[in-house]
Amino acid sequence: MSSLEIRDLHVAIGEKPILKGLSLTIHPGEVHALMGPNGTGKSTLSKAIAGHPDYKITQGDVLVDGKSILAQEPDERARAGIFLAFQYPSEIPGVSIANFLRAAVQARMGEGEELDASGYYKRLYQKMDLLKIDRKFTSRSVNEGFSGGEKKRCEILQMAMLEPKYALMDETDSGLDIDALRIVAEGVNTLRGPKLGILMITHYQRLLNYIVPDFVHVMYDGRIVKSGDKSLALELEARGYDWVKRELALI
Amino acid sequence: MKSPTELETEPIDTAFETQNPTVGIDQVAGDFKYDVTYKYDAGSGLSEDTVRYISTVKKEAPWILDFRLAALKTFYSKPMPTHWATKDLENIDFDKIRYYLSQGQKPKRTWDEVPEDIKRTFERLGIPEQERKFLAGVEAQFDSEAAYSNIKDIVAKQGVIFVNSTEGLREHPEIFRKFFGKIIPTGDNKFSALNSAVFSGGSFIYVPKGVKVAQPLQAYFRINAENFGQFERTLIIADEGSEVTYMEGCTAPKFSTSTLHSAVVELVALKGAKIQYITVQNWSPNVFNLVTKRGVAHEDAEIKWIDCNIGSRLTMKYPGVVLKGRRARGEVISIALANDGQHQDTGAKMIHAADETTSTIISKSISVGQGRSTYRGQVHIPKHLKGCKNNTECDALLINTNSRTDTYPAITVRGDTHSVQHEASVSKVNEEQIFYMQQRGLTEGQAMSLAVNGFVNDLVRQFPMEYSVELKRLIDLEMEGSVG
Repeated sequence: MSSLEIRDLHVAIGEKPILKGLSLTIHPGEVHALMGPNGTGKSTLSKAIAGHPDYKITQGDVLVDGKSILAQEPDERARAGIFLAFQYPSEIPGVSIANFLRAAVQARMGEGEELDASGYYKRLYQKMDLLKIDRKFTSRSVNEGFSGGEKKRCEILQMAMLEPKYALMDETDSGLDIDALRIVAEGVNTLRGPKLGILMITHYQRLLNYIVPDFVHVMYDGRIVKSGDKSLALELEARGYDWVKRELALI
Repeated sequence: MKSPTELETEPIDTAFETQNPTVGIDQVAGDFKYDVTYKYDAGSGLSEDTVRYISTVKKEAPWILDFRLAALKTFYSKPMPTHWATKDLENIDFDKIRYYLSQGQKPKRTWDEVPEDIKRTFERLGIPEQERKFLAGVEAQFDSEAAYSNIKDIVAKQGVIFVNSTEGLREHPEIFRKFFGKIIPTGDNKFSALNSAVFSGGSFIYVPKGVKVAQPLQAYFRINAENFGQFERTLIIADEGSEVTYMEGCTAPKFSTSTLHSAVVELVALKGAKIQYITVQNWSPNVFNLVTKRGVAHEDAEIKWIDCNIGSRLTMKYPGVVLKGRRARGEVISIALANDGQHQDTGAKMIHAADETTSTIISKSISVGQGRSTYRGQVHIPKHLKGCKNNTECDALLINTNSRTDTYPAITVRGDTHSVQHEASVSKVNEEQIFYMQQRGLTEGQAMSLAVNGFVNDLVRQFPMEYSVELKRLIDLEMEGSVG
């Protein structure tokens, strides 16, 4: 069965250990919410899975459909079906979203295969209509001068076009006002389906009002300390993270 | 050195190599070499005899020989400009360089007549195909002389002259002699003096009054021989109200020894004329590319240099415009990419010499790895003029912390009715940007290439389509190659 499997993952930045044995399995069709206080390693997990060079994996493994991806370059992992929706997406001055996505789609094609331009634009416009994105949007340079909401919509559009198997959404709700949050969440819900596994990293419960998760995990000090269904998120909102910490101290 | 008379009777050796070129043409477009037999060879090293040899094989008028010999003296008398330029210039060994190599002086008018060993080089570079597709005329220079030169009938019928320098001076002295060496005097710098002594090849173009040449004229400069020096000389005269676009491309195979390319290019745009001069330079990384380029723009005339430097070991080139007539306009758009082991020392000169003249300089440089880029700009607006404008913008992009960029803008403006703007920026492609693009599935090389293409995108959009595609391809190759 297809899965993104994180096995006893230990990750360090420089000499500092951040993740200390995290395990989690995500199947296509599932939405997992990963919650927890700041500084517990939520973003580290997504960056490490995507292969950011600053994040050193010291122990454990990450497998896509049973195959370890740890020896792969970030672009190979991406082409294997991992998509990271960045919390702070980079600007690429002078490169339009349309051209950027075109290069990314082309990169997924075989040696010697040429992208059919009209087919590409047709698909791009379909996805933009689906996500209710204005046609003018894709002629702007990637993330340059974008508002917080535009940056996140740009990430969702890329996700729609690249059709990953597993999407890691890193604090997609951060920096968004309530309207932008609703628009972005609608986009994610549109893409949600049996072929896509989603790991939704968030600090706040409010995103989960819009994107209802199948599973909720609570992270603390580099590990998942509590898992449950969506009711766990509500409980966290009502009682705060201190409740989890106190519970942990008792063990 | 063989004497020219001896050579005239020598049979042409047709036993050239027929093997296929080395594989990998797509990786390094210009890095291949076919063996060629030369009929004319001035030997290695530079002396009065070298100059006389060149002048003799070209059957030049006595005044040209005198011009060359005087230039040789100037070359000897001028020091290497290492007090301001790089010391790498000292590595040029003038005694080892071969100053003249050719199979003959008269270019062919059809590709069928071009000797097979030379023709296949140009075919591999795609020149005949480009000519058919979008050019008004082509000159293809192979080492010292043009092997092929042709202009479409429809353009020739308009009175446009497009010949090489030897032919231009011999057959149209009344047109070309007046301006030859006047825009860039022999003593302008050490390398313009060297070119004036040993020049061969290049294009002489005259566009008659009011003629607008719709398609570009193109010259392709190919260095094939090792330890060679190519010294083409180009003079373009656009008569009143005429318009012309000239494009040049250049490549050479990669040798372990150094090669010298030292051209002189003079442009004259008479009243209301427009000249656009486009260069895509992709010399191999052993070429010293030391070129002097300058134009004079008369009243209401416009000269635009588009200068892309991708290759070479060291390029020193500062295209200039002397704005001589009222309301003349000058523009330099410069893109330089310095990869490991390369130094692109480029820039622009704008000399305002009339009222209400306008100049624009936009320079974008990219330094990769150990590559080094330098911008040198000179803008001169004297006190007695009124209403002049200059806008200078230079942006540098650094990829990798070892790369280096320097900017030396010199703007002299006197008088109080002028408007001058200068902007400079340095930016870096950072690890986060590369990671972001890699996360979308692009390889590291593709990611860097995209960042570089984005950086130059607003300039490249102004290029003719075929050249922007070519430039993008060259950037892609450079960036792919720069990933360890």
